[in-house]
Amino acid sequence: MKRSAIPIVVAVLAAALVGLLVYGVVARRDDTSLDSAVRKGQRPPAPGAGVMLPVLDGAGKQSLGALRGKVVVLNFWASWCGPCENEAPVLERAQRKLAGSGGTVLGVTYKDDADSSREFVKKYKITYPSLRDDRLDLAPKYGTTKLPETFVLDKAGHVVAMSRGEVSQDFLLRAIDRAQAD
Amino acid sequence: MRGGVLALLALLALAMAPAAALGAQPRASFNDIEDEVMCDTCNVPLNIAESDRADQERAAIRRLIARGLTKQQILAELKSTYGPGILAKPQDSGFSLAVWWVPVAVVACLVALLATLLPRWRRRGRERGEERAQARAPTLSAADERRLDEDLTRYDV
Repeated sequence: MKRSAIPIVVAVLAAALVGLLVYGVVARRDDTSLDSAVRKGQRPPAPGAGVMLPVLDGAGKQSLGALRGKVVVLNFWASWCGPCENEAPVLERAQRKLAGSGGTVLGVTYKDDADSSREFVKKYKITYPSLRDDRLDLAPKYGTTKLPETFVLDKAGHVVAMSRGEVSQDFLLRAIDRAQAD
Repeated sequence: MRGGVLALLALLALAMAPAAALGAQPRASFNDIEDEVMCDTCNVPLNIAESDRADQERAAIRRLIARGLTKQQILAELKSTYGPGILAKPQDSGFSLAVWWVPVAVVACLVALLATLLPRWRRRGRERGEERAQARAPTLSAADERRLDEDLTRYDV
């Protein structure tokens, strides 16, 4: 190799390293595309409708897409999450309201031990189904990195409203009404 | 005599049996595993993590140890349940490979840079030294030079 070529090679490698660093930082940034769309009043399609996840209480797998035609309150939770304990009764009340109209709350456990999740379900007398997202096949599609997070989906499978953090009764009832109205 | 040797061999075999069994199936140590697993919600190794999720992971590891699994089996079980991100050691495939080759590339870049720049610096240093030496040498006028030559001839032995 010519001596004059070495600085060029070094510069290219240095640029590649900087590029890698930038990619690493950008790739780790939270996905907020869903947030901005919902904030603008749009109804983006619920991501990951085809992702099959194991059912927490029982055998087999289920996907969000199987609930198309129903209003769905998608809630990411874990047994180790304090705010999830606070909002469990709120979600259970929402389940009772939805059940009458064919809708459902769908829990998705996030990085949680399955036995602990089942104990949580028992402890808080949760009647709505939950799926296990142990390998994070679904949560990242919603930009979920912290718990709890809740997404309200209309019958067409579009996101009507979302709450990052502990969900309130008022927010949930209003969002369900909007989802059922259309 | 022969019976004594046989008895001694039998005793040795008995003494070594548990060690051989342990060698084949090493018992997993919690401390050994804890620092190779990440707290997946805190993004720090489990041995320095303080959270409910970390406690849950520790309990899961203890349960797997109690089931008699080896360290490798426990790590494989955790990986299959929670994905490769649960392991503290970066994977040797895909984008994670960058963790291994980036330091090598950085060192190679530095070596190449030094290999290019060092000879230049040395050459420049040498040239500057010569210039300085030349600048320091006294310049003689034609008359002084003639007188010096005469003196040197006179003192020539």
